[in-house]
Amino acid sequence: MMKFTEEHEWLRVEGDEIVVGITIHAAEQLGDVVFVELPSEGTVVSKDDEVVVIESVKAASDILAPIDGEITEVNSTLTDTPGMVNDDPQGEAWFFKMKASDPSQMDEFMDEAGYQKFIG
Amino acid sequence: MSDLQQTPLYDLHLELGGKMVPFAGYSMPVQYPMGVMKEHLHTRNFAGLFDVSHMGQVILSGASWEAVATAFETLVPMDVLGLADGRQRYGLFINDVGGIEDDLMFARRGNDLFVVVNAACKGADIARMKAALEPQVTVTAIDDRALIALQGPGAEAALATIDPTAANMRFMDFGALSLDGVEVWASRSGYTGEDGYEISVPADEAETVVRGLLAIEGVEPIGLGARDSLRLEAGLCLYGNDIDAQTNPVEASLNWAIQKIRRAGGAREGGYPGAQVVQAAFEDGVARKRVGLAPQGRAPMREGTQLYDAEDGGRLVGHVTSGSFGPTLGMPVAMGYVGAEYASVDTALWGEVRGKRLPVSVAKLPFVAANFKR
Repeated sequence: MMKFTEEHEWLRVEGDEIVVGITIHAAEQLGDVVFVELPSEGTVVSKDDEVVVIESVKAASDILAPIDGEITEVNSTLTDTPGMVNDDPQGEAWFFKMKASDPSQMDEFMDEAGYQKFIG
Repeated sequence: MSDLQQTPLYDLHLELGGKMVPFAGYSMPVQYPMGVMKEHLHTRNFAGLFDVSHMGQVILSGASWEAVATAFETLVPMDVLGLADGRQRYGLFINDVGGIEDDLMFARRGNDLFVVVNAACKGADIARMKAALEPQVTVTAIDDRALIALQGPGAEAALATIDPTAANMRFMDFGALSLDGVEVWASRSGYTGEDGYEISVPADEAETVVRGLLAIEGVEPIGLGARDSLRLEAGLCLYGNDIDAQTNPVEASLNWAIQKIRRAGGAREGGYPGAQVVQAAFEDGVARKRVGLAPQGRAPMREGTQLYDAEDGGRLVGHVTSGSFGPTLGMPVAMGYVGAEYASVDTALWGEVRGKRLPVSVAKLPFVAANFKR
């Protein structure tokens, strides 16, 4: 099941890892993504650290670490084909996987229905 | 938001799904559902229709063409008097220290001048012209006309389906066209580097004219987002970013805009504010120059990015004034100012992006060759 943050990220549990990306709504708001800068695998992050930079034609924005943990894998395909973020934000265009230090941090996030209500 | 002004095409923008943003005091469409990237490419490949009604339209009139042109030459360092009827030229308002107060387009319309200035500067520009030129020249701000731009390789064919004489105009021609019975003033120019037209339309006819143009195959509405990336690829300055009141025309690499007749030794040299500073800049050179900048990686270098002459340490040698992604090239493009000794094409520099120095080369402008019908 996907969880959603107020920062317009989605999180999906896959075994002992959490896959993180941005929502369809966020991708629509960003517009055409032309550049993605990913963190290094192995980076230890705290919740709200800036971990990914996304640039559209017009502007740059950051993706924050949704929870504490360690980055275990990044989707390096995005570096060469940043447009994937617009084409399939909640599927192929995941940004990174991480191991959570405290999986209970996930509990505060919304389910899909809650997120849909949040974005109105 | 309620204090934002609306152009005569506001309702149509909403109907077309325009994403409205505040720009220079107006609510303007930054993009339509197509999105900035596709809108940009559509303009380069077919034809894009832009609402630029927020820009200032002004008519200068007087006893004769000579009276109007001679008066206007006291404000701009351009050859105005030599402009043939039905022709347009790029101009600059200069201040007492040689800085650029605004850039503009002016066209001769019989004995009158039709002037188009930037939205953010129009109040100051109109006040400047009134103060300097009246009562000999009458300065009339036009508030009852929209301004639209039709740009791209398909622009001529599109406009010619409505008025075939549009095809007879050449780059920088100016004249009247009749669009389904509506008399408009058109120039064959624009802000994209493509062939195309800018068309002044009576406000109450604007929506009808635009709907007529959008009904033509290949014509799509384009927002200000793509307008900015198109002009940047074309190497054209954005006032307030790439040129401003502290920048003289020689620093801005706009020497070409000042005709020889107004330069030192010319028949009508000087005679505008800041002329001595501008002439000295021509003669002595300048310490910094506006250049094109091609980031070598995929990361765009935005306005404000600082430029260094080394990857580590080194000297701060300039900064970026406009930076974006260039959809036509599929790579980032930028413009900025660098010390004159760093201004030659292919000079290797480093731009500091999020604390990292990334390679960037000084590049020839424009990034995308102009496609004008001369």
